[in-house]
Amino acid sequence: MPPHQKHSLPKAFWIAGLAVVFLLLYAPIVSAVLFSFSADRFPSLEISGFSTQWYAQVLTDRAILEALWNSLTVAGLTALIASALGFAAAYADYRFRFFGQKAVLALALLPPTVPLVILGLAMLAFFSRIGIAGTLMAVVAAHVVIAAPFAMAVCRLRLAQLDTELEIAAQNLGAEPHSALIRIVLPHTLPAILAAVLITFAVSFDEYVIAWFTGGLNQTIPVAVLTTLQGQVDPTIHVIGTLSFSMTLTLVLIALAVVLNQSGGRMSKEET
Amino acid sequence: MTSPALPARAPARRFQNLYLRTWQALWVLPLPAWLLFFFAVPLGLLVAISFWSVVNYRLTPDATLSAWRYVLGLDFLWASFWRSYGLSLASAVAISLLAFPASYAMAFVAAPRQRLVLLGLAIAPFFTSYLVRIYSWQVFLAEGGVISSIIQAFGGKGESLLNTYFALFLGHATLALPVVLILQTIALANVDRTGISAAANLGARPGAILFRVILPAARPGLALGLLFAFLLSYAEFVSAAYLGGGAFQTLPILVTDLVRAGQQWPRAAVVSLLMIASLLATALATVLWAYREKG
Repeated sequence: MPPHQKHSLPKAFWIAGLAVVFLLLYAPIVSAVLFSFSADRFPSLEISGFSTQWYAQVLTDRAILEALWNSLTVAGLTALIASALGFAAAYADYRFRFFGQKAVLALALLPPTVPLVILGLAMLAFFSRIGIAGTLMAVVAAHVVIAAPFAMAVCRLRLAQLDTELEIAAQNLGAEPHSALIRIVLPHTLPAILAAVLITFAVSFDEYVIAWFTGGLNQTIPVAVLTTLQGQVDPTIHVIGTLSFSMTLTLVLIALAVVLNQSGGRMSKEET
Repeated sequence: MTSPALPARAPARRFQNLYLRTWQALWVLPLPAWLLFFFAVPLGLLVAISFWSVVNYRLTPDATLSAWRYVLGLDFLWASFWRSYGLSLASAVAISLLAFPASYAMAFVAAPRQRLVLLGLAIAPFFTSYLVRIYSWQVFLAEGGVISSIIQAFGGKGESLLNTYFALFLGHATLALPVVLILQTIALANVDRTGISAAANLGARPGAILFRVILPAARPGLALGLLFAFLLSYAEFVSAAYLGGGAFQTLPILVTDLVRAGQQWPRAAVVSLLMIASLLATALATVLWAYREKG
């Protein structure tokens, strides 16, 4: 919008809008961090003192450490598999024209729109029939389904900026398909693949519905939080929250910096 | 298939073609195969289970409509369905309205660099410990919690805000705001600026520009934001359970209860399929409306 022009929305209005939105998004995060250092068991505005006792309690709790290990295993495997599958699908869509291309794309974008409760239910039914219900591998298989679309989208966006002709030219000049891929496509897409790994890791690390349904006795961190939510007030949730926030926020902000930086913040042709 | 034309003799060419086809399949097939096995098959099984029966607490393959008849005849199911649908729709509209001024600022006011930072900060929470944030809201809203203490300090009564629609809405907004913000911002940033300038030069007032130029041009993206806010709120069950405190029995809660408490798999499957059907119908209606020709 040209600087001399009046905005359609009054300034006070959109400033207030920004303030309210960011307050809603960050107030719960800030409050969890603050209360994690509170000496009181019951969170209230009259904080009696600073304490790291809840951290000590969490870091010596065997069940929580085990859940953390489960979460890291599941999220790590999910990130690797989902990113590999997502990249493959993105590359296939970018490079080839094949039968059912639109259908494959539609199938790949469908999982995030199906309610997780329903996916969890369907997967539990399926996994118990093939005998892997209640294992961490079942959780990984399910998490790849919901995470791979994110990986595919991120990689596809990056590939869209690469000239298709370049790779075909290289092949016409005698380069084998795989050497064009390794020398041209992979280096170009690497930042997006990295972003995909981080985002899919975060998606899996935070997912609790499917993990709760299909993980059986193998609790992940969010499932442990869910179980605690059903019980009494427990200050250790704030500690777990603070630790997870610092980890996932770091991962996601790095990933977003990589992805959004490619566009320089420009979203329409007129701004380029 | 866009295989490059290769000048080669017939046998060599056939080999080359086979090689290229295998190479292509290596990239095309893995994701669809994974999704077919771990996504389409489980959902198909769910459809099948809706026709099965439960004999002595054991799920038994069958071909009966009894689960469908039972569930569709339940008054409280329909009450729960309309409650879920209405609440999510209300949340979706409220979240879209709430997000609009901020999206407007990011699209039209912020410089590209600023927009990048703001969008990054807006999306990041989507991936971070939703459950802990819900717990935080519980702390804010409970009696003696942060909000009621503030209200008491100003001489109010400071009752617990839990188990109200406001609490449920906060949960929905916590989940859906990032997605709505990014969809709205992209939609608004792509509105043709020359149209806005032209309207202004012709003397259109700011309000008229907003309602007659910007909103119609951004309609598909804004509708998509509304749809996603609805999808996410409709599927969400933690805020209904812990912020709504059971005052709002929604369909996802019903599904989990049916399975965990009663092993009523066929009935849970029927409720799930109803949810999916209503979601698809809503998505279709929204998309048709979003891309409708201006009449």
